[in-house]
Amino acid sequence: MSSPAQPEIPAPLANLKIQYTKIFINNEWHDSVSGKKFPVINPATEEVICHVEEGDKADVDKAVKAARQAFQIGSTWRTLDASERGRLLNKLADLMERDRLLLATMEALNGGKVFANAYLADLGGCIKALKYCAGWADKIHGQTIPSDGDIFTYTRREPIGVCGQIIPWNFPLLMFIWKIGPALACGNTVIVKPAEQTPLTALHMASLVKEAGFPPGVVNIVPGYGPTAGAAISSHMDIDKVAFTGSTQVGKLIKEAAGKSNLKRVTLELGGKSPCIVFADADLNMAVEFAHHGVFYHQGQCCVAASRIFVEESVYDEFVKRSVERAKKYVLGNPLTAGINQGPQIDKEQHDKILDLIESGKKEGAKLECGGGRWGNKGFFVQPTVFTNVSDEMRIAKEEIFGPVQQIMKFKTIDDVIKRANNTSYGLAAGVFTKDLDKAVTVSSALQAGVVWVNCYMVLSAQCPFGGFKMSGNGRELGEHGIYEYTELKTVAMKISQKNS
Amino acid sequence: MATTNGAVENGQPDGKPPALPRPIRNLEVKFTKIFINNSWHESKSGKKFATYNPSTLEKICEVEEGDKPDVDKAVEAAQAAFQRDSPWRQLDALRRGQLLHQLADLLERDRAILATLETMDTGKPFLHAFFMDLEGCIKTFRYFAGWADKIQGRTIPAGNSIPALSSGHVFVQQIRPGIFADFSIPVFVVFFFFFFFFFFFFFFFFFFFFFFFFFFFHVKFLFVCVYNNVVCFTRHEPIGVCGAITPWNFPLLMLAWKLAPALCCGNTVVLKPAEQTPLTALYLGSLIKEVGFPPGVVNIVPGFGPTVGAAISSHPQINKIAFTGSTEVGKLVKEAASRSNLKRVTLELGGKNPCIVCADADLDLAVECAHQGVFFNQGQCCTAASRVFVEEQVYGEFVRRSVEYAKKRPVGDPFDAKTEQGPQIDQKQFDKILELIESGKKEGAKLECGGSAMEDRGLFIKPTVFSDVTDNMRIAKEEIFGPVQPILKFKNLEEVIKRANSTDYGLTAAVFTKNLDKALKLASALESGTVWINCYNAFYTHAPFGGFKMSGNGRELGEYALAEYTEVKTVTIKLNDKNP
Repeated sequence: MSSPAQPEIPAPLANLKIQYTKIFINNEWHDSVSGKKFPVINPATEEVICHVEEGDKADVDKAVKAARQAFQIGSTWRTLDASERGRLLNKLADLMERDRLLLATMEALNGGKVFANAYLADLGGCIKALKYCAGWADKIHGQTIPSDGDIFTYTRREPIGVCGQIIPWNFPLLMFIWKIGPALACGNTVIVKPAEQTPLTALHMASLVKEAGFPPGVVNIVPGYGPTAGAAISSHMDIDKVAFTGSTQVGKLIKEAAGKSNLKRVTLELGGKSPCIVFADADLNMAVEFAHHGVFYHQGQCCVAASRIFVEESVYDEFVKRSVERAKKYVLGNPLTAGINQGPQIDKEQHDKILDLIESGKKEGAKLECGGGRWGNKGFFVQPTVFTNVSDEMRIAKEEIFGPVQQIMKFKTIDDVIKRANNTSYGLAAGVFTKDLDKAVTVSSALQAGVVWVNCYMVLSAQCPFGGFKMSGNGRELGEHGIYEYTELKTVAMKISQKNS
Repeated sequence: MATTNGAVENGQPDGKPPALPRPIRNLEVKFTKIFINNSWHESKSGKKFATYNPSTLEKICEVEEGDKPDVDKAVEAAQAAFQRDSPWRQLDALRRGQLLHQLADLLERDRAILATLETMDTGKPFLHAFFMDLEGCIKTFRYFAGWADKIQGRTIPAGNSIPALSSGHVFVQQIRPGIFADFSIPVFVVFFFFFFFFFFFFFFFFFFFFFFFFFFFHVKFLFVCVYNNVVCFTRHEPIGVCGAITPWNFPLLMLAWKLAPALCCGNTVVLKPAEQTPLTALYLGSLIKEVGFPPGVVNIVPGFGPTVGAAISSHPQINKIAFTGSTEVGKLVKEAASRSNLKRVTLELGGKNPCIVCADADLDLAVECAHQGVFFNQGQCCTAASRVFVEEQVYGEFVRRSVEYAKKRPVGDPFDAKTEQGPQIDQKQFDKILELIESGKKEGAKLECGGSAMEDRGLFIKPTVFSDVTDNMRIAKEEIFGPVQPILKFKNLEEVIKRANSTDYGLTAAVFTKNLDKALKLASALESGTVWINCYNAFYTHAPFGGFKMSGNGRELGEYALAEYTEVKTVTIKLNDKNP
């Protein structure tokens, strides 16, 4: 009996009904103040799934009021035992387990995500992360401190207050959990804006939040667009903290708005151009497989995508050969259909941007090994694409592509590859493939990245902190460090008549 | 538009206790055998022992009596379950936590059964068993369930913090100008060792000239030992097979305090419940199996201290022992641990706990807390408030109210919902308590109420209050473990601090005052593992518990408990200096 075996993957839910499409404030469903709605699209068919109430500043204000009310001193939420907060989060995890099939189907339908991945990876990751955070709730310790003088000093880690959380469309549910889990474990109240492309699972979660028994106002969900609802959150004078996952460009706007408004605390998980370094002594099959999944997983729409692969020159050709073979095996199609490995990109804008970058690669002299264009005539599909002979100054080696496009570069020495890998303003993730202990540890220390994977890639677990160096982010999510991002530290110093050790 | 705001239809989780639970009458005792490898075994000797209901003195049932050979069998199972690559060792930490959560769910499901069993076996009031013992158990398992995947080691910036050592010559040049200046501590310590080494062994045989020569030579040797380019990290690993010996006053709760952190950290356990009260532990064995812990992870061997207890504490294949009980037996356990294999030891032992009531205190609160503090669980608590020090201005009033309280305390059938006090656990304890009460009378304390057994029934003792107690009386020095409250008088803080600390025990202490400075002063001056201020017996699974001095070694509960169930391993990897 090791860890429980992966659950059998059931068929996706056949006749999924979308039940929740409104704004969720104070455990109630609201229409938008403006009366506006926006369409939610299935990216595999380009059909409209449903219309969702479109939140804007006025709705955010309402949500903030509710969240502030729930955070008042003496409120139900503030006076709850910490262990009870943990029980509520555990209960929410149990409800997700109950609705796992529904949520996975919705995620696949709305996000273009391969159903098996949604069911196993996204939902599995969500449930584990929630349980992990639940355990922290009553273990967030302050300290007593031997300060100088006749003073007794202790610290308290208190919740920050009302937290705004802006979620991306690539892992709508998982990023939602990564945000609310730690925030609620620490006792904050939240206003969540799911991405406008993918609001459905977050709204279903709202119904589970209510069912689990969280007090009204603790979790509020306002679907809407970045420039309206997102901007209202990041510049709100009564929101104490904002957490954002998305592009570096928007991350800068959020931190700027936070600075201009009330200096709210900011955590950001942004883009990456993550290097994956394959040494000649590596297990080549393993390296090819991880590098492949590292960039093609979820259509390349991962901030940690391994989009710069540096291969030592003596194994370069072999690596390229096997990688191209691997990429050609892909089956594209509707992500709800069994046997499909790749679904559509999220929307037309992303789709066109990826094709533009592929064109630039061709023009700038990279060698196109396979793919290189759109797939089919309906839905936002892009062929799995591999480029070789890529050099560092090409656009495809510098810009985040966020699509199924693999760049393979060559390197000669360890010094050279470290320098090149670090030569970017991003610093999210990195991979190293080698059997040599020394190289593994040395390169791991030298790389400027928030996470380094050695002989593996894209290994994320709730117990480990995740976040970026440089312009890939500020702060960390998950792990013990992720918990502290949702606390304010208060030092209490008391004068006493005489101290003793 | 918007629906109504803030409807509290499912607002806050219900913090209220459920409607008064009922004990299960005529409960059949199902589990009476030795639990090893998730199955039930008879004792190797074929012997059994009886367990009694102390409130009726009737025999409840017979239980298989373990002895050394049974402990050996249990240890073998626990060791096998702890083998490298075993299912238990390979389990994800999060999954270990989930198993503990599931165990808590089953305790919740069978709460009434367990509380009934506990009352039958111990004589404690059923409602106490249900709301305190069981509540504490469930919370303890849930709390440690959350820790399972948060037991974190560290990476440590070792090695390259002493740049001067990159060359032996640089090192020597740097230290010459001022030998003790500019030194990082570790090098300084090593240097000191060498210095004394030479001093004692060579000074009388060589001249100073030679001394300096050798010193230089050895500094070069030292340079070879101190590596520059290393990676250093720690792993917090489970210790292995843990023995646990639990007492009869809180049979299930004390078991939870040991089992939950041990399993949370990934150990395996061999457990001996007290011979007076084995029933709830054995029932828990059935739940362990139902939850699906792998066989051998938890093993339960009922039996007596001198046989099973001794076998556990001196077993060469048990890596750690946790014991809760008397100081006298605690010493034997630690001695046996040392003689056998230096197994790690944690002990929670006796106490003679001071409860200090200052004149400025809320007197009603102090009287009630001091009363519950000593009479709770028939006085059978290691934390019992058995030395109440009251400031002289309020002494008379405090005694008067305390006596009123004691006289009102309902003693009787523990299954009766009104009962606050049941019988003592057995004849031996009963006799010892009455003997101490007699000594109090003889040594001149004033008996305010109680002072004898209940007329008509077995092991029940009247709630007893003594005033005018002085520090040298036996009732002020010895642990009574019964419903006896000695009340002493004090004049000033310095005096009461000295008197409160004047004991070999150091488990808990309580302070009643409204004055911030006094409260904090006493909190730091009292020599005890716990200080309660304006409260008593305030236990939380989140907060560590254990004793100073002869009240114990180590701590249970809280994050601190994890350290008692893990070994720290430092891993240091030397890297090639040529790499950047």
